Amino acid sequence: QGGGSAVIDMENMDDTSGSSFEDMGEMHQRMKEEEEEEAEGEAGAAEEEDGEFLGMKGLRGQLGRQVADQMWQAGKRQASRAFSLYANIDILRPYFDVEPVQVRARLLESMIPVKMINFPQKIAGELYGPLMLVFTLVAILLHGMKTSDTIIREGTLMGTAIGTCFGYWLGVSSFIYFLAYLCNAQITMVQMLSLLGYGLFGHCITLFVTYNIHFHSLFYVFWLGVGGLSTLRMVAVLVSRTVGHTQRLILCGTLAALHMLFLLYLHFAYHKVVEGILDTLEGPNVPPFQRVARDIPVVPNAVLNTTAKAVALTL
Amino acid sequence: FAGLADVSISEDIPVEGEITVPVGSRSPDEDYSTLDEPVKDTIMRDLKAVGKKFVHVMYPKKSSALLRDWDLWGPLVLCVSLALMLQGGSADSKDDGGPQFAEVFVIIWFGAVVITLNSKLLGGTISFFQSLCVLGYCVLPLTVAMLVCRLVLLAGSGTVSFIIRLIVVVAMFGWSTLASTAFLADSQPPNRKALVVYPIFLFYFVISWMILTFTPQ
Repeated sequence: QGGGSAVIDMENMDDTSGSSFEDMGEMHQRMKEEEEEEAEGEAGAAEEEDGEFLGMKGLRGQLGRQVADQMWQAGKRQASRAFSLYANIDILRPYFDVEPVQVRARLLESMIPVKMINFPQKIAGELYGPLMLVFTLVAILLHGMKTSDTIIREGTLMGTAIGTCFGYWLGVSSFIYFLAYLCNAQITMVQMLSLLGYGLFGHCITLFVTYNIHFHSLFYVFWLGVGGLSTLRMVAVLVSRTVGHTQRLILCGTLAALHMLFLLYLHFAYHKVVEGILDTLEGPNVPPFQRVARDIPVVPNAVLNTTAKAVALTL
Repeated sequence: FAGLADVSISEDIPVEGEITVPVGSRSPDEDYSTLDEPVKDTIMRDLKAVGKKFVHVMYPKKSSALLRDWDLWGPLVLCVSLALMLQGGSADSKDDGGPQFAEVFVIIWFGAVVITLNSKLLGGTISFFQSLCVLGYCVLPLTVAMLVCRLVLLAGSGTVSFIIRLIVVVAMFGWSTLASTAFLADSQPPNRKALVVYPIFLFYFVISWMILTFTPQ
């Protein structure tokens, strides 16, 4: 087999570690050439081979070599089969079959809500764009957490960022897919993953800008404008694929709420503004509030502020 | 054994390095294993291979030495030294000393694996370990940047030192990305190079960010 269908391609492994398989390969090569040169010198010398498989250096005799050769072939076949079975990434290959222009076009499209909702809109089932967007969001979150000096008690900054972003992408996709199944919407899991992934483009832009320019009102403008646009697009696509008013309401209401609240959460959980509020309440000689970023639930702004004030007063 | 000699490298890259499959003109008793040579020879050979690859990273030109004889010693050494240098850099050094070492390790290896899978899924012809090898070796400029940053921070941590560190880290980040792109992008179909370069850019960006925001106790 050629190709490289498995992740680790046995034939291409340029391994010079001197393992016995490599030696067997060399021995087999040499054996072939010796057979061509020699007469039946060793053919009749059916010597007793050792009972145990000692390794290549100690073997003598045609019989021993042949047995070892067969074992080597069988082992290689089995290992190749195991690798192609378990490490076969070819099932994901069709989802990564994109061109850069397509990715760019889809990124821009994810901000434009479609007008025609009576006709099912086409969703590209592609995973490259969404995956890259999730990683970009992780990178932006890291930047935001470092800027706001978030102190993580259990776990690491990187772990929190990756967990948050991937958890949102996979978890909310699955949840909305489940709701879509209940509400009889025509959408597959890959399409849902793709839709939500591209919807994170708005989040990336918003957070990138507002983590660097710390104006409160600017964030709200971006939240409503950019976040709203990408949510509207996702909602419009889902509406076009669902029949019935109640179902449309349930599905799209849930998605819109989760998407917008996630952006709010990302901004306020990892942003200097929270520290600023608490510092002005307490005064400068109190040590900064140590938050465990994982524990902040997704709640609206008013509840967060009230909670923060209440806790600060008790400190 | 035709398959063993069939290495997946594009045809126009000049081949360098030793051919490791022996031809049958050697007697069976000659050592085709490295057990009988002095330890110094074994170590020096490996060190020379690693050193040659370091030189290839610092002056990236079209050569397949990195790809052909891949090894993971260099990436391991670089990863461990980078993780050690990033230790003790936040407020609670007692609590965060552990996770930071593991954090850097996991980021580098997990990131390299993801980039490799991505380039394979996009239709690349490079093998898994070859890609890991290249990505690991191209962390070298960033390790140098970390060293420089630590030295600069010994002198003081004001705005001037921040600007110096910023310039050094950005330069090294660009060098890393260019070096790894020079090796990896050739194995992709020509119109998809941008799709492969972007995750590499993100990967080195995250590492550079960790280096730049490092503040010692």
